[in-house]
Amino acid sequence: MTDNHNGHESSNSTALSPLSDPGLPPHVYRRADTEPAMAKKAERQVATLFGLSALSTIAFIASFVGIKKDVFIFVPLFGSTQAQQLALGTTLALSLFLIGAGAVHWAKTLMPDHEVVQERHELRSSDEDRQGVIDVFHEGAEAAGLGRRSLIKRTLLGSMGLVTLTPILFLRDLGPLPRKQLETTNWAAGRRLITDPGGIVLKAADLQVGAVAHVLPEMPKGHSETLNDLVKDAVIVVRLRPEDFNLPADRKDWTYEGIIAFSKICSHMGCAVGLYEQQTHHLLCPCHQSTFDVETGAQVIFGPAARPLPQLAITVDSEGYLVAKQGFTEPVGPSFWERSS
Amino acid sequence: MNKILRHRRHPIAHFMVLGIALLAIGFGYTLLSPSNAAVATNARSQAIDEGRQIFLKGCSSCHGLNAEGSSKAPTLLGVGAAAVDFQVGTGRMPMADASQQAMRKKPVYNEAETAALAAYVSSLAPGPAIPNAAQLNYERDGNIAEGGQLFRTNCAMCHNYAGQGGALTQGKYAPTLMGVEVRKMYEAMLTGPQSMPVFGDRALSPQQKLSIIKFIKGIDAEKGQGGFSLGKVGPVTEGLVGWVLGLGLLIGVAVWLGAKSK
Repeated sequence: MTDNHNGHESSNSTALSPLSDPGLPPHVYRRADTEPAMAKKAERQVATLFGLSALSTIAFIASFVGIKKDVFIFVPLFGSTQAQQLALGTTLALSLFLIGAGAVHWAKTLMPDHEVVQERHELRSSDEDRQGVIDVFHEGAEAAGLGRRSLIKRTLLGSMGLVTLTPILFLRDLGPLPRKQLETTNWAAGRRLITDPGGIVLKAADLQVGAVAHVLPEMPKGHSETLNDLVKDAVIVVRLRPEDFNLPADRKDWTYEGIIAFSKICSHMGCAVGLYEQQTHHLLCPCHQSTFDVETGAQVIFGPAARPLPQLAITVDSEGYLVAKQGFTEPVGPSFWERSS
Repeated sequence: MNKILRHRRHPIAHFMVLGIALLAIGFGYTLLSPSNAAVATNARSQAIDEGRQIFLKGCSSCHGLNAEGSSKAPTLLGVGAAAVDFQVGTGRMPMADASQQAMRKKPVYNEAETAALAAYVSSLAPGPAIPNAAQLNYERDGNIAEGGQLFRTNCAMCHNYAGQGGALTQGKYAPTLMGVEVRKMYEAMLTGPQSMPVFGDRALSPQQKLSIIKFIKGIDAEKGQGGFSLGKVGPVTEGLVGWVLGLGLLIGVAVWLGAKSK
């Protein structure tokens, strides 16, 4: 517990070490250590910080009691804000911060700041203690008969080994395997298109050129869409002039009089591709700006998506309602390990 | 009666009878004829004529002499009065320059001129009409919860979840919905101006449109609880402010903590 204690010790080892230990620099005394007037000043500063904190706390209580909740004020740069919330936040932050600031200032100016060295004791136990532990262990093992009763030893080891299998069963129990869920949706031949939200069963005539609708399959009575279904079944329907299309030959009859439907789940990361530019016929994913060209069957023209959006073949039924011609021919949404195509 | 009949040979009797008959027919006509409709039809055709004049001067250079469209601008046949009221009434048309997107500015034409233009364009081919005040009573007919759901599915990806507007591709953008008149929002959904798709009445019912408007007006009237909305863009600006301002302050405190007192 003396100043520069370490400095003396290290000078002994200088001959052995290629790098000499410079030791601690000489202690620098603060003005508050040497001048009583400065110490008095620092004391006043610390007291002021604590006092301001107390005032802030009183202001906190006052604003909780005194400011009505429906008072809104406009603060430059900050905008319209509820006066009480602003006052509570500011005063509480100040009262907590000023306690800390006072304590730190106190420690920095007035509390002793002499460098102190305490040597660490040796980590190794004494030889007697080490031998003692070994003796006690042998004595216990001998008394329990570990060496003699091998039946107990073996059954114990066997049961302990077997019990490690139980976590594997817990892992298996985390949930059912996904099976084909990732590759199937509720879309099937004859399912009508129903807006969601909105609940309007769409007819072809309901969509003008330039129109867009966000739809789900109309479920048979007694079935409803679960959240897991929703994230796969969401479909966006747009209507163009039929002559705008430039579709692959095998997809020509997947549209109906300019109405075309795509999975709304981005093939990149699964965001909802809902941003449709009516004039350019581009579908955009708002998450990563993947851009799909509706005219060519949602081919990717920009962004990180690697595959076009899966197209849903549609037609109309005898009553004029838009229906799916068949389910999706490929899994919707982003890639996964077992994806077949 | 005899007193009058005595004068039947008088030289001016013919003229008197003729005059009385004419007056009777005239009064009878005004009493019995559907006079108001006649005046309205007259006023409407007058508005169409006025609208045609304005159109020829202000719009035909791009949209064609008969609104058939050109390489510079689309045809206006079938866009309806609602589209004209929206585009001209918000100052988007006539465009100041052929930039990426017509933006909202001070309207060039006053209300009467806009109405005349709308009358002219809607006379060319049928299209969506301007909704009247009774159709726009969103306070009565709208449902704010349903409006929120519809807004998030149909509008939020372009106009931002709080209706603040957002970027599209190549300099185009979806404008903010704050402070936009109810009729203009309704017309925009109905007609699908510029990049915006059409939300026809049969895919998004009039009542659902009013619900969306009620939701937007609800956001608009909402007072900022905590201030510092940062454009309500979301975590990007909030993160930026948190990292730059908050961490900056913390670094300042850390420097003060580490500095040795003199």
